[in-house]
Amino acid sequence: MYAYDRYDQAMVDARVAEFRDQCERRLAGKLTEDQFKPLRLMNGLYLQLHAYMLRVAIPYGTLNGGQMRMLATIAEKYDRGYGHFTTRQNIQYNWIKLEDAADILADLASVEMHAIQTSGNCIRNISSDHFAGAAADEVADPRPYAELLRQWSSFHPEFSYLPRKFKICVIASEQDRAAMRLHDIGIRIVGRDGELGAQFYVGGGMGRTPMIAPLIRDFVPLDQLVTYSEAALRVYNRYGRRDNKYKARIKILVHELGAEEYTRQVEEEFAHLLEQGVEPPLAELERIKGFFELPSPLRHSREGGNPAEGAVREESGPPDQVRGDGFESWARHNTHAHRNPDYVSAIVSLKPVGGIPGDATADQMRVLADLAEQYSFDELRVMHTQNVVLPHVAKDDLPALWQALSDAGMGTPNADLMGDIIACPGLDYCSLANARSIPIAQRISERFAANGKEAALGELKLKISGCINACGHHHAGHIGILGVDRKGTENYQLLLGGSEAEDTSLAKITGPGFDERGIVDAVETAADVYLREREDGERFLDTYRRIGMAPFKEALYA
Amino acid sequence: MNLITGNDLKTGAVTWWTGDGWSTLIEDAVDAGDDAEAIATREEAARRVNVPYVVEAAPGPDGTPRPSHIKERVRALGPTVRPDLTLKPDDPQAIEQVI
Amino acid sequence: MPEATTIRLRDDTPCMEPAVTLEAFAEQTNAVAVRIEPGGDARELLAHLDRLARVDIAFPAFTDGRGYSAARILREAGFAGELRAVGDVLVDQLAYMRRCGFDAFAPDAPIDMADAEAAFARFPEVYQSAADPRTPIWALRHGDGDDR
Repeated sequence: MYAYDRYDQAMVDARVAEFRDQCERRLAGKLTEDQFKPLRLMNGLYLQLHAYMLRVAIPYGTLNGGQMRMLATIAEKYDRGYGHFTTRQNIQYNWIKLEDAADILADLASVEMHAIQTSGNCIRNISSDHFAGAAADEVADPRPYAELLRQWSSFHPEFSYLPRKFKICVIASEQDRAAMRLHDIGIRIVGRDGELGAQFYVGGGMGRTPMIAPLIRDFVPLDQLVTYSEAALRVYNRYGRRDNKYKARIKILVHELGAEEYTRQVEEEFAHLLEQGVEPPLAELERIKGFFELPSPLRHSREGGNPAEGAVREESGPPDQVRGDGFESWARHNTHAHRNPDYVSAIVSLKPVGGIPGDATADQMRVLADLAEQYSFDELRVMHTQNVVLPHVAKDDLPALWQALSDAGMGTPNADLMGDIIACPGLDYCSLANARSIPIAQRISERFAANGKEAALGELKLKISGCINACGHHHAGHIGILGVDRKGTENYQLLLGGSEAEDTSLAKITGPGFDERGIVDAVETAADVYLREREDGERFLDTYRRIGMAPFKEALYA
Repeated sequence: MNLITGNDLKTGAVTWWTGDGWSTLIEDAVDAGDDAEAIATREEAARRVNVPYVVEAAPGPDGTPRPSHIKERVRALGPTVRPDLTLKPDDPQAIEQVI
Repeated sequence: MPEATTIRLRDDTPCMEPAVTLEAFAEQTNAVAVRIEPGGDARELLAHLDRLARVDIAFPAFTDGRGYSAARILREAGFAGELRAVGDVLVDQLAYMRRCGFDAFAPDAPIDMADAEAAFARFPEVYQSAADPRTPIWALRHGDGDDR
């Protein structure tokens, strides 16, 4: 994975010093809260419902054992012994003191981490496929491109006071495991006639007005990636709406101009910027790529195959063992095909039955750090589904890994099943929320553990947001839940039919909302309709798409 | 009644206007009446509180003010999903009362 | 505006002419200073850059970042005159503004010169190529470190 050189380290260290100075000026009254707020946000520091919250960047979700161990240390030293992994592949701490914020950033900088641009109206942490570099179906590892863009976007002088936040995602496979088209810019690395290049999808997003990003350029050569991004951003910075924060995201600009006109303007700006020499040389991309080469044992499978970059293999299943202790179930659900058929990527569930989705204690983080070092070439990934991946695990090591995870409460075999619920922090932590999300997730997970339907339901992506901002991705859930405020009480709308995958679709509201108990029943009712109506091999989403909303409405509101 | 709540500038802790200062306990909160906005502005300017705002409340059964909106009731207690981290970790009823 | 509060990073003689609006400039062809509001299109000036001594770019609120693009566009087109950031300009934005090509600052609230110097010196290097002469880190890494 990427390692800082002296330049990267100096930049992060300078940022810590800058923020230390800004915090001191705030505490001394030399900055008003209005002046300080954008500065603290650009360092990931929010003022939340109960306290300051710090969001730490985990660039494209990748980190090593030492970094995970530092996250555990911070949880204990400055917070209350836990952290919350987010749908942006980051981690948040909920109980931070302003007085400690700069010290935390300094601790992070000591392990090449930061909280730069994890909030604010700037280019945010860049997300990617959580199986990047390990997945069997990629044309390339997308992370070098994400790292190139991370550096370009860090402290960008022109794009730090954008109309609104800006999220970029980079993937490199037909399968979309990162909700790429629901980003402000979604980039897919593709191969054309033996050359790699980038597809640009611009203007997607969730929030109050969900939109699926249209393709605006089918192939940007790799030596124009930064220039094209700069053009796309400049058009947005100049013409994105600033009169209404709810209409300020680039999706609204692209929608109002039309994709064709937006594209025309970007191409015009792009042609101009090509003359300006803003693009790093390809040698820089090659330098970055060097950090992401597969560790050498991973480059050769036992059969002697050499899974070169670009080789797409068949789904390689987990080892065939009969144990009867839950291992098989975990190995079936919580592993993903690796480029090397002797290995898999293992999904560590942070969704125990009745637990808080995405929360991990400091002790659990240390277990993850140890396991990464022992079994996964010192590498971890944070998933947008609020789980963790050990990307390179030898199949022979799976039983031992599963045992260790189970002992630490992280061995639940529920990846992509009903219990694998995405939930934003909701009204338990977030000052923007209208309703609590976590208790709903807990009740649903308990219900389906008790009724035994989880296995029968198969892949079913349930996503819960506590307000219209959609941090819980409810628009993209096979089943989505949106918490709303109905005259001061919590109410929950049910949505069906969303997908964040390559078959991207936006979920539709079923009808009137439910109270806390009613929404759990409603989810079970919808699940039962699927179990009754499904045909061979259909997932919940497939059945919904085939039979439509009507049978569900009938069952829900009979 | 009108309560004023905000966060402590240094620690971020939720605080409530007590009439002559700020407390982390809603039991100490007082009705600021029509002066609430003015007090909030004055106290923020003096950096004794950060981002204060006025909320409606009514006296609860034991006399403790009960904010009208669940958001401030959660603020007053702590996260309902982590009773151990609330201000009343030993009171099993506390979370029921928030909802 | 009171000249005393202006931070100026140029050695030439300041142009003291009042700035006219973009609209007025279109008709008043002898003006040498223009003021661009956030919604104004800096590219309207491109045909006339050689006779402009100063362009003021307005920041009614520091959170409105359109002026950063306006500044870069003018510098990319070769404008060599004074580029002045006017309005809600705070010390924490100065370094980015300078990178976008501003070389004068007229903040509503005075900025201490020492604070401004510290802000300009804060980051040892830069990650991007912009409208200032600084060499980006990617160029330093690949032996392109000579003075640019």
